[in-house]
Amino acid sequence: MAVKSIISRPVYGTLSPQPGSDHLLIADAEGAAAILDLAKSAPADFFAEAEIVFIPRDTGEKYIAALKALQPARFYEGPSIAAALPRLRQRLSTAHMGLRLYLTGTEGLIGQAMQAALEAGIDHKSIQTEQRGSLARRVQCVHCKGITEDVTTQPARCSHCGLMLLVRDHYSRRIAAFQGVCINAEDPSQVPPMEEMFK
Amino acid sequence: MGIVFRDETFRDDFTFKNSPEHIRRFPFPFHEDSYMYAVNIEPHVPGPKGSVLENLIDVDEHYVSEMRDRALVLAEDPLRCQSLPHMTLAGWDLLELLMTEQAKGYPEHFSLTRDGDKWHWINRPLGIDHHFVFGDLTTLPYGPMEYITRQSQGDFCILDQRDGNLWMDAGIVTTQADWSLDFDIGMNFFEWHAPVPLAHEKGIFTRALKFLTNIQQGKPARRLNWTMTINPRLDTSPENYHKWGADRATVTPENVGQKVHLRVELQSFWRLPRSNAMVFPIRCYLIKMDELVTSRKWARRLHRVIRDLPEELATYKGLTLYRPTLVEWLARYDDGAETSPGFGPD
Repeated sequence: MAVKSIISRPVYGTLSPQPGSDHLLIADAEGAAAILDLAKSAPADFFAEAEIVFIPRDTGEKYIAALKALQPARFYEGPSIAAALPRLRQRLSTAHMGLRLYLTGTEGLIGQAMQAALEAGIDHKSIQTEQRGSLARRVQCVHCKGITEDVTTQPARCSHCGLMLLVRDHYSRRIAAFQGVCINAEDPSQVPPMEEMFK
Repeated sequence: MGIVFRDETFRDDFTFKNSPEHIRRFPFPFHEDSYMYAVNIEPHVPGPKGSVLENLIDVDEHYVSEMRDRALVLAEDPLRCQSLPHMTLAGWDLLELLMTEQAKGYPEHFSLTRDGDKWHWINRPLGIDHHFVFGDLTTLPYGPMEYITRQSQGDFCILDQRDGNLWMDAGIVTTQADWSLDFDIGMNFFEWHAPVPLAHEKGIFTRALKFLTNIQQGKPARRLNWTMTINPRLDTSPENYHKWGADRATVTPENVGQKVHLRVELQSFWRLPRSNAMVFPIRCYLIKMDELVTSRKWARRLHRVIRDLPEELATYKGLTLYRPTLVEWLARYDDGAETSPGFGPD
């Protein structure tokens, strides 16, 4: 579990079945296990009209059969978060009141699906979230505004402008990213070592 | 008698300086010889003639040059001015507030004539003479917030009030003390203050929010905040931190007086009439150490404040690298004498 540090840093919970019939569950990688855990306490007809959106990433085939065995009304397997987002935005923009949203897996997945939901006018407090698997961060470089995905080190190099960034805990739901700020601006000749921090 | 506007820069050759009259009116932020966070909010009512509080929206000798610097920042980075779609009405509210206050305080420089929704605005220092229709976006060259804040000193945040919280949903921020509007836009009061150390634990933000959400139209409030800046640079944004951060390593005992500046923010809080939003002008005042020590009292007091500042605050304010040099330099102006109560220079 991620540790709560500062107030803008998201806090995640544990997925639990919500009342209603229209459930949209979105997961990447180890998030699949959170859906399987939720299923254990879900009513018998929970998945009858549910949709599962799953991006396996490095879990490959590990969870596919188990997720399909829940017999959701719709099952979508995507090759990447980016590839799944247009579909998700369309789904959310046409959603009815009463849609229940469950997001689980990496913070990058939760954040980007949340961002799409906020743009569709869904209140973030109504969304169930559970962090599972990698603690890798999505980081916006405050200087060039480029976003670097799956950051595991502190500091980290911006994949766009190349600056060495201190990855802060300060988080923007609107951008779905942590803030990265140049770590050696006071003395660019100092290059601190990169350590694995967000595994 | 009008203001004599200085022609000066806040970048490159840094020709900014204060006239002797402006040194005397500087809003020195320390009323005692030490500093810790407090909810130091008070009613924003007019203050003594000649002070920065004489008019509730202050215009000073740096006006024209500050507006030129703002235009340069916006040309480089349009993300410094953003407004979420539901904030346009609040932008008109702000335009009305700033035009009204500037015309009232400085009739020799600004005038506003209203005939129903047909408005005529004259800004003589910037050479603007403009007829427009209040509420009609097509009659302005920018959105209403951007239009008027390109003609008003200080940063402006417009906060939407809902769910018992304040949301940073619009703003123009080109003279900020190291925070990013682009990153923080859309956040609530606690979220955008999240990186501030110590104050959350002391309940400062909970109490401040309660106060702010209760502010009524026509009863604005204010507080002072401060930090320090190397060179008279207005744009100390995180966006450009990789360009200005190295300035902090350039402070030497010989150049402290010219390089190190106390940076004071006069923050005020106003309820807007049509949108019920709050506007939060953050007006920045800079003073060089050489200018500040012309007041013996300020010199003594600043020495004691900086010397005794808790380490977390010094780090947060970015003073770590040059604090020893600055304290040593200021010590020369501190004979240990008592300082009088209050902010004034004596």
